[in-house]
Amino acid sequence: MAKTVRETIKEITHKHLKQKKSLILGQCLSAIGWVGGTVPQLKEKDGITELSMADVANGGIVVGAGLSNRRPIYVIRYQGFSWFNAPIILNYACKSKEIWKVPCPIFIRGIAMEGFIGPVAGSSHHSIYYRMPGIKIMSPMTPKEYFLSYKNFMKDNDVYYISEHRGSYDNKSELKDYLDKNLEIIIFCISITRFEAKKARDFLLKKGIKVGIANILWIKPFKIKRSWIEALKNSKSGGIILDDDYTTGVASDMAYKLMKYSKKKIDVMGLKDRSAGFSKKTDNLPPQAEEIIKIIFKKVKLKK
Amino acid sequence: MKNKSFRIDVFKRAALCRNFEEEVIYNLKKKIIKMPTYVSAGQEFISSTLSVLCKQKKLKPLLFGQHRCHSIYLSFGGNIKKLIDELLGFKSGCTQGIGGSASIHSKEINMYGHDGLMGSNGPIGVGACFATKKPTIIFLGDASAEEDYVLGALGWASRKKLPILFIIEDNNLSILTEKKVRRNWEMADVAKSFKMNGYTINDDPLNIKKVSKDIFKKPILLNINTNRIYWHAGSGKDSDKTFDRFKYERKKIGKKAFDIDKDIKKQIKRIWQKQLEKL
Repeated sequence: MAKTVRETIKEITHKHLKQKKSLILGQCLSAIGWVGGTVPQLKEKDGITELSMADVANGGIVVGAGLSNRRPIYVIRYQGFSWFNAPIILNYACKSKEIWKVPCPIFIRGIAMEGFIGPVAGSSHHSIYYRMPGIKIMSPMTPKEYFLSYKNFMKDNDVYYISEHRGSYDNKSELKDYLDKNLEIIIFCISITRFEAKKARDFLLKKGIKVGIANILWIKPFKIKRSWIEALKNSKSGGIILDDDYTTGVASDMAYKLMKYSKKKIDVMGLKDRSAGFSKKTDNLPPQAEEIIKIIFKKVKLKK
Repeated sequence: MKNKSFRIDVFKRAALCRNFEEEVIYNLKKKIIKMPTYVSAGQEFISSTLSVLCKQKKLKPLLFGQHRCHSIYLSFGGNIKKLIDELLGFKSGCTQGIGGSASIHSKEINMYGHDGLMGSNGPIGVGACFATKKPTIIFLGDASAEEDYVLGALGWASRKKLPILFIIEDNNLSILTEKKVRRNWEMADVAKSFKMNGYTINDDPLNIKKVSKDIFKKPILLNINTNRIYWHAGSGKDSDKTFDRFKYERKKIGKKAFDIDKDIKKQIKRIWQKQLEKL
């Protein structure tokens, strides 16, 4: 029976602790739910390390653990908490190999979620990490992708930021690219937006609009597939990037790169440029299928 | 080790640090060293004493310093030539000429470089100590100790009963802002409130030795009052009246100390001259 993303993370973590004798550090790891069921119910002696609520210090403590080459896993329970957790990781761990020739590999699990949880706890914040040299960023949404992310980390000695989303934890399916020669438009999607992109595509196909999908797993380095550029070049209306973060970070940079290689126009959709509130009315959600459909309709219409 | 021979051992290391720093000052004034430089002259008895204590205990601790770290590097046996090269910006420097004065690193002596975020070495050192269980010394200034994340790291180190020593090199100044302007509390009291042993002492080697009996058996914090002879950065002096532990110890030990100082001065000068030929 296929595993969910949740089960995959839990299994990887179990092996990492038991076989590699490593550590997993974070806040409230052993609280009810064990981080959405992704952390195995082990003991402190097995490497489960409960940190205090001092977020900035915790980021530094994890860097120290990273210097020991035990390849710690660090759980940031809401990606927005990275505003506190990231400074020492980005300024020390990411630079350590370059400046001091001391690798500091850390597998950072930044967890995103949505649903009326306000301006900090909601959505993804991978753009905070994106600008710093010495970090790799992946956003796995499927079991295979998650395993691949871990595998890459284990054969590498860089800091890995894994932009997770709780919305993917129950997912068992792999998400494929849909690329063809005569597409109207191609959606390049990151994190949780990948599920909405698929919904939008299915709807638009029924309306006779051929939409392609390119799934972005590697955020940094942004690994652009040749097939994406070919499909873009052959498309009628270019592409659109969907992100679960604000559009002024990762998404815009990716759009620039894709435009440079394909000479086609790429739009970006992400969080609106405002803070999220704690109610349905005031929330700031990533692009939903209906919004994506609307934008694509508009683009197609303009083209005609 | 008897107090006298201990004092002499410490003085030898302090003399190495002081004479090195005097050469740094000379080369700063001559504009041969062009990078921002933070000399540790005046504060060298702290690292010199701790290095002798560690040697006695046959320990090679993990060292986490920040800027003003030349004395840590030299006291614990860092390669002098590599430090000179670093200050001259050569690739052969201990941090490949990238780290400069403020970010000294040496794998050989377990000294980890600093990233420039004041006090980040606090939590990083705690994490390294936790993951390795190796004896660890974290050197902070009285200003960087005020960083909120240092306090968070102290508390957690205490909770985990780590074999760690927090050293606050308290020169009372953050650039030129005095401690009393910045806060009304002391780090030793903070340590005690975190259920750690905390002491406020001066940089007399015997005082440091006295409170260091239990180091690395449990987390301890020593707030050591000391004096910075030169400016925060560069070669200027805050005052000519600043108490100088080096001169005090040299006088107290007597002729032997003067002889040691003279010998080391010669050696250091020679090494500097040779390294400067690379320019």
